[in-house]
Amino acid sequence: MQIYLPIADLPVNVFLVFAMGLAVGFISGMFGIGGGFLMTPLLIFIGVSPAVSVATVASHIAASSFSGVITYWRRKAVDFALATMLLAGGFIGTGAGVWIFTVLRSIGQLDLAIALSYVILLSTVGGLMIAESVRAIMRQRHGKPVELRRPGSHTWFHGLPLKLRFKQSRIYVSAIPIWIIGFIIGFIGAVMGIGGGFLLVPMLIYFLRVPTSVVIGTSMVLTLVTMASATLLHAVTNHLVDAVLALILMIGGVIGAQFGARAGQNMRGERLRLLLGMLVLAVGLRFAIGLILKPDDVFSIRLLEGE
Amino acid sequence: MRARISLAACALLVLCCVPSGPAAAERIVASVSNHRVRITSSFTGLELVLFGSVERDGTSVPRHSGYDIVVTVTGPRETVVTRRKERVAGIWVNVESRSFVDVPAYLAVLATKPIDAIAGPEVARRLRLGLADTLLPQQIGADLADVVRDDPFRMAFLRLKSDRGLYLEAPNAVTFLTPTLYRTSIPLPAEVPIGEYDIDVKLFADNMMVARTSSAFEIIKVGFEQFVATAARDYSLLYGLSTAAMALMTGWFASIVFRRD
Repeated sequence: MQIYLPIADLPVNVFLVFAMGLAVGFISGMFGIGGGFLMTPLLIFIGVSPAVSVATVASHIAASSFSGVITYWRRKAVDFALATMLLAGGFIGTGAGVWIFTVLRSIGQLDLAIALSYVILLSTVGGLMIAESVRAIMRQRHGKPVELRRPGSHTWFHGLPLKLRFKQSRIYVSAIPIWIIGFIIGFIGAVMGIGGGFLLVPMLIYFLRVPTSVVIGTSMVLTLVTMASATLLHAVTNHLVDAVLALILMIGGVIGAQFGARAGQNMRGERLRLLLGMLVLAVGLRFAIGLILKPDDVFSIRLLEGE
Repeated sequence: MRARISLAACALLVLCCVPSGPAAAERIVASVSNHRVRITSSFTGLELVLFGSVERDGTSVPRHSGYDIVVTVTGPRETVVTRRKERVAGIWVNVESRSFVDVPAYLAVLATKPIDAIAGPEVARRLRLGLADTLLPQQIGADLADVVRDDPFRMAFLRLKSDRGLYLEAPNAVTFLTPTLYRTSIPLPAEVPIGEYDIDVKLFADNMMVARTSSAFEIIKVGFEQFVATAARDYSLLYGLSTAAMALMTGWFASIVFRRD
């Protein structure tokens, strides 16, 4: 069944878009990530312009992360105090990211900068996650206890001032590294047009030693707030949010996210991290191949926006 | 007052239809099946029918070669950047770009025969008949200028537009039903941009243009499509807030529907 999208200005198959929402929603519910780094390329692939894709995906992610937040919140797997501290840093990071975005665009190599940062960031993060989770799985196989949280071990930033206790996450750390992580996520999100959940989840696990079960719900709160504000921002500044496309994606997304969240809860933490690592690495490699292989057509056309 | 305006309009219409060809006394008339194409939620592209006839009178000279017709449909203007990639240090990077300024978003050239069989190269160039002769001004520094026909950027632009069905040149698309009655169809793909479209119909005989007429149609969004598009543009804050609210509602609703505990 074809439906004409009023803002994207093209007809799409409702069932195809719904299935895309479902699939990405499942993944986002399972790993506690927004899934923007998967959905945006998919929409561009079916012919939606990149600008409309980025703007519309924000509202889709807001919907599926809100349904995820409610699910995790009922399971008491959200640390709102930690999420608030992260958001404080995140807002400053977003501002800085938007500024860099404008500078890169004026230089004229924004596309390349985005593709390169996807490759570097996704491959590095994906590779590290795979390595760590494989080590954890191996340790378990050999009958040794899982040593993710070592209560006695302190890293350098545990000596920093402004220490806060987060009861839900059972951690006692300085606010400074939390703000820095929030800043990085906000910055990268603005430059690359992604929610940053796939970066936030490993950062919270490895640097702050937040338990995996709490990490996902907390990361979703952050994704929800950033993506809801992004929807508003895109609607006001560019008029590019397609509400019809967003609604189809959302309905698929929230249903998928529900099943994903359940699947995630029933899986062991290190298995989950291994899967997420493989997914992130695969997307990173896909971007690398796109940069290295000779494109089908060395020419491309794009409508000049903002007329 | 009203009668006078419509009288003036009629006079204008008659003036428009007066042939511009010199000694020849042929006239060509054209009409399109629908002057207003409405885009609704079920729009997947369509074909507009253009038909008309060649009218001769007593003074018309007999034409040995018969008539040929070239129909040019031009859509709203847009500015498009064409980029070229090149391998730099192992990766493919956009190295060069050209802006095509105020070029048609849609351009269809429909004819009875290949353009070079209808008119000589000089005439074809002067009247800008086929895609190859279409004016495509590029931004070169501070100036606007068209370039040679085989400029790689120009050729790539035409090819990419043609791939999307937005530019086309169909040499056998216009058919004569009788020696004077002709018909053609204008294919509008699903991604056709909204706006005003001009139709220019040229009549050729003996390699010369002998008459010319024009018509127009518009493509608009109606109903729900128009409502959403207008809301997004004119009430953007409200639109953004409702989209965000819709997202939250959908998420909340799903968590209620799927609640098992």
